[in-house]
Amino acid sequence: MARALRDAGMEVIYTGVHQTPEQVVETALQEDADVIGLSLLSGAHNYLFPRIAELMREKGMDDVLLFGGGIIPEADVPGLQKHGVGRIFPPGASLDDIAKYVREAVPAKKVAK
Amino acid sequence: MTVAPSDLLGRARAGDKRATARLLSVVENDEPGAADALRTLYPLTGHAEIVGITGPPGGGKSTLVNRLTGAYRATTDRVAVVAVDPSSPFSGGAILGDRIRMRERFLDEGLFIRSMASRGHSGGLARATSRIVNVLDALGYGVVLVETVGVGQEEVEVVRVADTVCLVTVPGLGDDIQAIKAGVLEIADVLVVNKADRPGADETARDLAQMLTLGAPRTAWKAPIIRTVAATGEGTDQLIAAIAKHRAWAAESGERDARRRAAARAEVEDLLRDSLVRRLRDRLGQERVERAIARVADRAIDPYAAVDELLRE
Repeated sequence: MARALRDAGMEVIYTGVHQTPEQVVETALQEDADVIGLSLLSGAHNYLFPRIAELMREKGMDDVLLFGGGIIPEADVPGLQKHGVGRIFPPGASLDDIAKYVREAVPAKKVAK
Repeated sequence: MTVAPSDLLGRARAGDKRATARLLSVVENDEPGAADALRTLYPLTGHAEIVGITGPPGGGKSTLVNRLTGAYRATTDRVAVVAVDPSSPFSGGAILGDRIRMRERFLDEGLFIRSMASRGHSGGLARATSRIVNVLDALGYGVVLVETVGVGQEEVEVVRVADTVCLVTVPGLGDDIQAIKAGVLEIADVLVVNKADRPGADETARDLAQMLTLGAPRTAWKAPIIRTVAATGEGTDQLIAAIAKHRAWAAESGERDARRRAAARAEVEDLLRDSLVRRLRDRLGQERVERAIARVADRAIDPYAAVDELLRE
């Protein structure tokens, strides 16, 4: 995934696996990231996404896009989006589509600033 | 977050990490307000201990930086790490993965880690690295560790940014050690044989010592060879001591001033060149430049003639 985004011309901070929500948000904050992408296979998405969104709000990172993908039941997606999470990509989603989504989301966000 | 750079500055100086991060982006991307911010901050620079970590890929630079960070944090309130990774020459994108080795420190309040993509700049750093280091210095970071791209032979630019440069190598690089001797060895103030618990560490140290005896020394400083095992932390204290010793020597001998002067020269000349090119391009118009490029590509004229023509206009 990181490679696909790099190939789409983006600078990707790769943090490694098994990060706590606090670590993810602190990294995004220090790196001044425009987007946080979370790949989750663990089944903990209903905890991790809302927790990260909450930490982002606490830190005033309202202009940072949070989105993700992985093994996430479709039924859970609306609940996550209520927490302010953007698109959730299913396994096997096209890398091009994901890169396109990020590219389109970021300038929009920049304009809104 | 709509914040004027001047507000950012105030908040960053008060220790707000989000404001610091934004300010670094403003400076890195040369966004509006970057020049003003640097103007305000520049007089506050010159207090940080700036340590460069360079060397071939796979030498354990990031792991060593992680160790050094931990050790410096024991004595320094605020420590920053600037880690540079290469940008893809094709897409312009980059994967910045140096943080992985520092994960247990992500939540350390006194630590700020910033990754940078080289964005086509050669020399082992990004074009804006020295400016980023200046900002962190001015914001009160007592130690700034600068980790270069791991390419091996030409990453010598770190000497323009760092007070002390550590070259990290490992046993078993074989002939590759020959490759580093040309440019990089010359700028190394401290030589590190990392992964020194591996077979071949003695030979590597010996090779390095021998290479140091070749050629006329540039200064009276004799680079010590320090053995470390970054994975366990072995040798970190000795490395810190060697860096401190070099720092003291550099301050006393005038080497630090000479280096800072060379760095200032490089910075001014870079900016001058950028500014001249930008002005010239504005005056000529992109279209005219593109036309000239097309003619060169078609072999209608040679590149020198194209430049002559453009400059005459």
